Amino acid sequence: MSESLITFASVSKFYGEVLGINKVNLSIPPGITSLVGPNGSGKTTLMNLMTGLIRPTQGEIRVLGIAPEHPEQLCRIIGYCAQFDAFPKGLTGRQFIYWFLRIHGMSPAECDQRTEAALEKVGMTEAANRHVAAYSKGMRQRIKLAQAIAHDPQVLVLDEPLNGLDPMARAETIALFQEWGAKGRYVLVSSHILHEVDRISDQVILLSHGYVVAEGQIQGVRNEVKEQPMQILVRCDHPHVLAARLFEQDHVVEAKISTDRKGLLLRTTDADSFYLLLNRVVLDSGLEVESVAPADDDVNSVYQYLIGGEGGTV
Amino acid sequence: MKGMWLRQILSVLRLELKKTALSKRGWWVYILALMPVVLTLLHWLFELRRSHGHHSLGDDSVVFAGIFLFFYLRGAIFFGCMGIFSNLFRGEMLEKTLHYYYLTPMRRELLVAGKYLSGLSVAMVVFVGSTAASFLMIGRHFGAAWTDYLVHGPGLGQLGSYMLVAALACVGYGAVFLMCGLLFKNPMIPAAVVFVWENLNPFLPTLLKKISVIFYLKSLCPVEVPVPPPFSVMVIDADPTPAWIAVPGLLAVSAIVLVYAAICARQSEISYGE
Repeated sequence: MSESLITFASVSKFYGEVLGINKVNLSIPPGITSLVGPNGSGKTTLMNLMTGLIRPTQGEIRVLGIAPEHPEQLCRIIGYCAQFDAFPKGLTGRQFIYWFLRIHGMSPAECDQRTEAALEKVGMTEAANRHVAAYSKGMRQRIKLAQAIAHDPQVLVLDEPLNGLDPMARAETIALFQEWGAKGRYVLVSSHILHEVDRISDQVILLSHGYVVAEGQIQGVRNEVKEQPMQILVRCDHPHVLAARLFEQDHVVEAKISTDRKGLLLRTTDADSFYLLLNRVVLDSGLEVESVAPADDDVNSVYQYLIGGEGGTV
Repeated sequence: MKGMWLRQILSVLRLELKKTALSKRGWWVYILALMPVVLTLLHWLFELRRSHGHHSLGDDSVVFAGIFLFFYLRGAIFFGCMGIFSNLFRGEMLEKTLHYYYLTPMRRELLVAGKYLSGLSVAMVVFVGSTAASFLMIGRHFGAAWTDYLVHGPGLGQLGSYMLVAALACVGYGAVFLMCGLLFKNPMIPAAVVFVWENLNPFLPTLLKKISVIFYLKSLCPVEVPVPPPFSVMVIDADPTPAWIAVPGLLAVSAIVLVYAAICARQSEISYGE
């Protein structure tokens, strides 16, 4: 198994007779990977398996070559911001980070330095001496994140990390993930906020009922969904001219002219043929095209096509 | 890394003490341990004011042996250790905070050791300290005779024995209850079973008597407590186990229980019942 990937080889997890995930095969490269799926689809199970909090019923997991059964090795390279909104009693934010760093075996001076750095990263330095019990939901979320990144892990696993954050904190947190991903580290995020997932992800893993429905870069995943015609939005000066030519084609399922008469939204089963046709129309009729862009190669559309229903947007 | 495991155990110990030593949830353990101290203090003050009808020093010695056997061993230390040790893991599972420990690069066996030592240090300070304080207090009203009993008589030896037995009780019950907290969702049920078993001990056949903690602890107590009628007719006598077997035997059994608890911890998963 590769030492530069996070791999799941035919991994299943059952809770008694209840399915967690079933026969999951994954290879997760560096960068930001989003786990998307409805409640109960197996996102948290996947994360808990990867971090060794639970064990697979079948199959094998390796995180950069390390088996989760060896927390003494794994937890040096992995940081997990779990969904549980609970904290050890009686500790301040600073103590919460500091003491779990001490358990890593670091010296007091190093723990101090790392604690301060982590607090600063999540903007919690000023509130660090208050008890965690007195924090707001957003502050608790941030202090959890600080604790997960304090030991500078190679792999960062984040279960709904944007929950409870205000827009400013959300933007800062996303920037932190992007910084982490840009360094060539592994950031695995589960989130219901699909438009934000769409913005930050290098790749997505779509889960439904314990199965991986699709994985990879979002455009690639969208192209694989053959049964759903591709939506393309064309902004041009004479959309009716283009529409007339499109209706002669078998692969065009639908074409709608926008109300401002400057755009055309079409659905086609063969995007490549459409692009060739568009070139011909431009040459033949002198159509002035302002922009051409796929309208449904985002996470939200793919989520609807593959899983059904609306993805969350808040 | 050399010494890493020791650093990790000490960090767990210190964190646990920080979290729990003076927490509101633990106050009942301190109150339980203080009760005999307060009782013997009142006894001292009461006896100082009494002008006649004093009992003998030997009587107080037997009374203390009774307090130690029935209050400390069968009650306070048992329930105190249940409260302290069964919560070390189960309490964290109920509060959904155990995963923070499981996400540190530490062998689970070391986590068990660190948590056990933290519980043991609290239990020892509280119960061994309380035993010593109430022993020293119970004969205080005899003045010079008590001092002489302690310094030149068997007093210090007895005190040492009681402290050793209290410490061993913490070691033994601590290991048992830590394991219960790891194995059972509701450690109260196995604790109740252990409690009944330990209290039935005087009435059990000799062989069954030996499968208990209290039998070995009782063997180490310096003063025998007479069993009052009608219970005396039901008690089955068994030869006390010599100290050279009882002490290492209890330590060995505790170590075995702890090793088993460590194996359970190694195999355990985070499931907060969701």
